[in-house]
Amino acid sequence: MTAPHVQPRTASEEFAARQRHIGQRIQHFVHGHPWSSPLAILIVSVVLFSLLSPRFAAAGNLSLVTQQATVLAAVSAGQVLVLLSGGVDLSVGAVTVLTTFVVGKLAADVGVPGILALVAGLAAGAALGAVNGFLVAFFRLNPFIVTLGTLSIFTALVTLVSQGKVIDSTELGWPIMLTADSFQIAGFTVTVGMVVVALLYVVLGYVLRQTAWGRHVFAVGDDAEVARLLAIRVRRVRISVYVVAGVIMAIAGWVLIGRNGAVTPQTALAINLDSITAVVIGGTGLAGGRGSIVGAVLGSLVVTVFRNGLFLAGVPALYQDLSVGALIIVAVGLDMWIRKVRA
Amino acid sequence: MRVQDVLPPVLAARGLVKTYGRIVGLDGADFDLLPGEILAVIGDNGAGKSTLIKCLTGAERPDSGTLELAGERVEFRGPQDARAAGIETVYQSLAVAPALDIGTNIFLGRERRMKGLLGTVFRKLDINGMNRDAASKMDALGIGTLQNMSQSVDTLSGGQRQAVSVARAAAFAQKVIFLDEPTAALGVKESNSVLDLILRLRDNGLPVVLISHNMPQVFQVADRIHIQRLGKRVAVVTPQTHSMTDAVAIMTGAATLTAT
Repeated sequence: MTAPHVQPRTASEEFAARQRHIGQRIQHFVHGHPWSSPLAILIVSVVLFSLLSPRFAAAGNLSLVTQQATVLAAVSAGQVLVLLSGGVDLSVGAVTVLTTFVVGKLAADVGVPGILALVAGLAAGAALGAVNGFLVAFFRLNPFIVTLGTLSIFTALVTLVSQGKVIDSTELGWPIMLTADSFQIAGFTVTVGMVVVALLYVVLGYVLRQTAWGRHVFAVGDDAEVARLLAIRVRRVRISVYVVAGVIMAIAGWVLIGRNGAVTPQTALAINLDSITAVVIGGTGLAGGRGSIVGAVLGSLVVTVFRNGLFLAGVPALYQDLSVGALIIVAVGLDMWIRKVRA
Repeated sequence: MRVQDVLPPVLAARGLVKTYGRIVGLDGADFDLLPGEILAVIGDNGAGKSTLIKCLTGAERPDSGTLELAGERVEFRGPQDARAAGIETVYQSLAVAPALDIGTNIFLGRERRMKGLLGTVFRKLDINGMNRDAASKMDALGIGTLQNMSQSVDTLSGGQRQAVSVARAAAFAQKVIFLDEPTAALGVKESNSVLDLILRLRDNGLPVVLISHNMPQVFQVADRIHIQRLGKRVAVVTPQTHSMTDAVAIMTGAATLTAT
């Protein structure tokens, strides 16, 4: 190496050092801190809905919103993982409900002990995820199309297995109904389900940020070809992502049983699109490799606050769906804008 | 005749064929890399340079032909096999993951875990340790002026990204390092740093394969020059015996190599 000497800056270095205007600065900040935009949206919508309806900000209602957001947040934990790996999963709601029936049928009809029924539910989630992962990784099918197909298949399986009947909490017993238990903290109802979801996020955040597997998930989602050249086994990572997401869906199913106080065939199918909305609002790009786990929680709260706030403001259900639909388009547009960031 | 001419090649290939449908990438190409040399690979567009490098580094599997590493027959089923065998590659396509930070990129695919229970049971990565090592490696190589290893790669210029890519390969190469157009995206200052680095790697005993279009750079650093044409090796020349004009003539088919 030659002796160090001062060189004039190259044109590219001059460009990198330029002054940025306010729009670019916001763009850069959001790019670097993906959780900041859902936090801003959450604060704005909470303030807005508090002004629209005095009932919104009541402790009871906020507690209800949090409980409603819990199941969505659990499902979104799986969705954010899949999106980070560059995939998408449209079957999340169907997988969640199907695992609740595996648990419910085993416990209520077959008489399997509750704890074993829950373990079987986790295994079912892993197996259903493996179906998605195998189709995506080995046959190189578009994840959108694969999971659209499995959404139909799993939804049909729910109908087939459930025969349209609800399994009541009395038939399920402990520990399946554990997620329904709650305790009070400063007038705020905290369910065991919330604690489970909070732990789920702590574990997911740790795994994604602190382990090699987590880094590989980001790398595969960012650029699968680069990951392949750097000797990462891309197919193995893709399959494992869907399997882990399936296990997360089963945990979400357990939380859902607690929330409903029963195993029911109808609920949580709308959660398929809501989870994508929540995760994308949460700052996770559809293109993969970029996103925020905390953002998925905030995004889940935003979607739930929207539905709850519009309901309290007396907006008909039709317009609630319309608003949430508009919200996802805005979120995707925002994602495109943020990804245009240059150094 | 120099001493290295009698030593067996570090990496050798015989009769490599690689086709993509009706397009022929390699048509019976040979390759020899001798210990401690800088071998430049030149050729016109479509001569099969990139395909040759891909087959030698495991990114592609040749349809037929054989590979020998240090005299042993090898077969690379993927880049991970070549990497495990001590072959590192800097790809022309700037193989960096832009959403990840510098330290993550440098250790991607060979992450180091914490010692003790944290590492074995909780699989926790030694992120600080890896970032420290990454910084000292970048520093030792004298390429780029990057300090913060947790800076995301998409905030870097093309030259800085290339520095990350080169640092990663240079830091881990055990047997051979391949550099595919390493200076194509770089300015003059950064190009010279990379050329210096190539010479230093060679002087440390690591054989280097340099794929380049830049004839002055090739003639500046190469010990031998492999000329690829129409999917085959048509000649191996040295900067001492042949001029740039000769090399270009052979490369384009205007001349054939006369016996030396």
